[in-house]
Amino acid sequence: MKIRKTNARLFCASIILLSLALITGAQAPSAQTPKLPEGMVGPDTSDPRTKLSAGLHDAGVASYGLKLTSSYKKPSNFLPSGESTGVETRRTQMAKKIGFSNTDIAFQGNTLFLGNYFGINIYDISDAGKAKLLTSMVCPGGQGDVSVYKNLMFMSVEAPNGRLDCGAQGFPRRADRRLAAEKERFRGVRIFDISNIREPKQVGAVQSCRGSHTHTLVKNVKDKDNVYIYISGASYVRSNEELAGCKDGPPATTPDSSRFSIDIIKVPLAAPEKSRIISSPRLFKDETGKIDALKDAGSHARKGRVFSSDHCHDITVYEELGLAAGACSGNGILIDISDPEKPRRIHSVKDKNFAYWHSATFSNDGSKVVFTDEWGGGGGARCRATDPLVWGANALFNLENRKLNFVSYHKLPAAQGKTENCVAHNGSLIPVPGRDIKVQAWYQGGVSIMDFTDLKNPKEIAYFDRGPVDPEFRFTGGPWSTYWYNGYIYSSEIARGLDVLDLVPSKYLTQNEIDAAKSVKMSSFNIQTQERLMIPNNMAVAKAYVDQLARSESVSKKDISKFRKAIAKAEKSGSSMKNKKKLKKVAKSLRKNAKKSKNADVKMRMNALASVLENPVVGTSSE
Amino acid sequence: MVTVAFTSTSFSQSNPESPSVVQPGAPGQKTTKLPSDMKGTLPPVTEKDREFMRGMIHHHAQAVEMVDLMRTRTKNEELLRFGERISQTQASEIEFMERWLEMRSKKKPDKMQHKMDKGMHKKHKEMKSKKVQGDHSEHQMLMPGMLTPKEMKALAAARDDKFDYLFLVGMIKHHEGALVMVDDLFSTPGAGQDAEMFTFATDVDSSQRVEIKLMQEMLRKKERRKIRK
Repeated sequence: MKIRKTNARLFCASIILLSLALITGAQAPSAQTPKLPEGMVGPDTSDPRTKLSAGLHDAGVASYGLKLTSSYKKPSNFLPSGESTGVETRRTQMAKKIGFSNTDIAFQGNTLFLGNYFGINIYDISDAGKAKLLTSMVCPGGQGDVSVYKNLMFMSVEAPNGRLDCGAQGFPRRADRRLAAEKERFRGVRIFDISNIREPKQVGAVQSCRGSHTHTLVKNVKDKDNVYIYISGASYVRSNEELAGCKDGPPATTPDSSRFSIDIIKVPLAAPEKSRIISSPRLFKDETGKIDALKDAGSHARKGRVFSSDHCHDITVYEELGLAAGACSGNGILIDISDPEKPRRIHSVKDKNFAYWHSATFSNDGSKVVFTDEWGGGGGARCRATDPLVWGANALFNLENRKLNFVSYHKLPAAQGKTENCVAHNGSLIPVPGRDIKVQAWYQGGVSIMDFTDLKNPKEIAYFDRGPVDPEFRFTGGPWSTYWYNGYIYSSEIARGLDVLDLVPSKYLTQNEIDAAKSVKMSSFNIQTQERLMIPNNMAVAKAYVDQLARSESVSKKDISKFRKAIAKAEKSGSSMKNKKKLKKVAKSLRKNAKKSKNADVKMRMNALASVLENPVVGTSSE
Repeated sequence: MVTVAFTSTSFSQSNPESPSVVQPGAPGQKTTKLPSDMKGTLPPVTEKDREFMRGMIHHHAQAVEMVDLMRTRTKNEELLRFGERISQTQASEIEFMERWLEMRSKKKPDKMQHKMDKGMHKKHKEMKSKKVQGDHSEHQMLMPGMLTPKEMKALAAARDDKFDYLFLVGMIKHHEGALVMVDDLFSTPGAGQDAEMFTFATDVDSSQRVEIKLMQEMLRKKERRKIRK
């Protein structure tokens, strides 16, 4: 029935569209009438996000607990020329309006770096909630994931149109060439000097066999002269003719295969042009030396090849813990990085509902890990009413004694349309003290904020979503990366540009909790390089803890109002001895109550509040 | 400094200072300033790219067809769920490939194209009625890994355990064929540079490798059970 309606509408539009309608009608039946697999639960179809109107820049919007403060279209330089390339249809016109895809984001000071398949756009974000374009750097070769350290900017290049000289022409087919090898092709990690932010200069370009899909900046506290870049290459292996030493083939007969490893670049900060790959550790190896050991033992190998995890998509390092979490094709792995030159796999997990392990985020205290499943690679509609809530979701793990234990799944709860590509994607922590909160991009599923303090019961507490880019056809769009940075949420919209969002208080999140999060300051931020977010001992943080204790209803109303009064007084009259004494007294009773409490979260919050009150920083409670 | 206004007002910037538009050179070379109204260049698309997409649509359609068979021929819950996921993935990838092809086709949708669309429409309709196709001409062009008409018939005739086995072995072979196609694409001069194309082919490669691994595990489990019996 649905098909007929669509066709009828298009029939009225035009004759060219009629043939499109036929294509629509011709799409495989399972796509038109998918069914929710038996015994599984799908997303909610009554959510306000389910039926938003479509549009590139005028789509319908639904939000809760979040507001859009400003948004910026892609610079016109990052759109292809309007010249006709052949057939002109509504679809081709839309594709031109969308232009090149935006990708990942990095931050340094007041500067935001937005990756794109065509290069990098650099914005000044010193004006709260706003962004001002400083530089459009043209240098194609997707994905263009970016990270920044001091005066250096690193960029991932994987696509075969990447050129050493940043040229946009790619490699036109030449009649005299039989092989695909091109010496000028660049796939790997580019290094730019950004001392002049308006004129980045390419100072290094480290080639790798599979290119760089993403990369991880790894610092070593004991070595101030070098940093490392872990390359995650997810794509094809190039030929030995193009890059010497590259090899593809079954692991049994190709022990030096360019698969089944990551590449480590050592970057001498004083001479970045000398950066090179120092090793390609076999993260999937076992004790016997098998390089493709991450699969079940007793290989069946009836016909052809046996596949096992052969690359990582993302590796999130948490230097302070000496650990990294790798989302590596068919597995989630835990890596010891105490020696950053010699990462070592120490544990691995798999999951029958996971199609493709995509990214990992530690909780701030390192006791939990969120893995994402990018089922369908990001281009597919995977949040429809018929897509189970355990497919293309987050999987939450407890991390104890350097082992990962699965606890639960969490997926965008709102059903999305079939023209909306949607699956779990990149996000970051929001430093609300006392809680584990992550803001996350779900492509055209929009932005969603998940509270995973209680690993068994993760829940959505805020969202922002637009309708599809297009009502009839699925164009790749929506947030690619959505990250919290110094008080605001920045979202890289693949098709539409850059969005800046602000938290709004709701029954799930109070103004005090938002203020407390905003008082946490970061000097730079690279998503795969996780660093502990330091929660200050200010009154905003104290008030946030009090709000949480009040919400949990495990502390009497009388006590809550006592805490609030003491804090208000301290705020008003500063850090006099008298106030300090008063706060210390409150802290003492909190410690006593914490001992008695049986609820671990309440206990933690009471103690945390007590520590703030014992050593308060008064007068810098919020911005 | 560039002062030329952006040509299209709909994309004009509200900034008082114009942003700098630059293009770095090769490592060690200087960075060049570009005119502020420069426009993006799309990487070249080759006939091989189009051929890959057309072939893959054909290839994927068979996976959907195989899962359609599965629904009435097995009660294996794990396999049924897994099959649904394959079917949904491949069906939506077909949609994507059709859109990609349309946008990159050199000529307007002419009679030929129209005929082809109609043909596909008919084919899918037949699939919907869950009939196995007896018309061998449909399978004249077998892409790597695709089951032959004979193999499809055997699959359609099998039930339960036998079906599960043939399905898994067949789908593993089918998926391996997709990997061969991706391999072939990237070893062809000039091919695979279009961003959407590249991302898609890479995703097909990664996700099908994972699925092959899962299917091999299911197959091994089955064999172990058999041995125990």
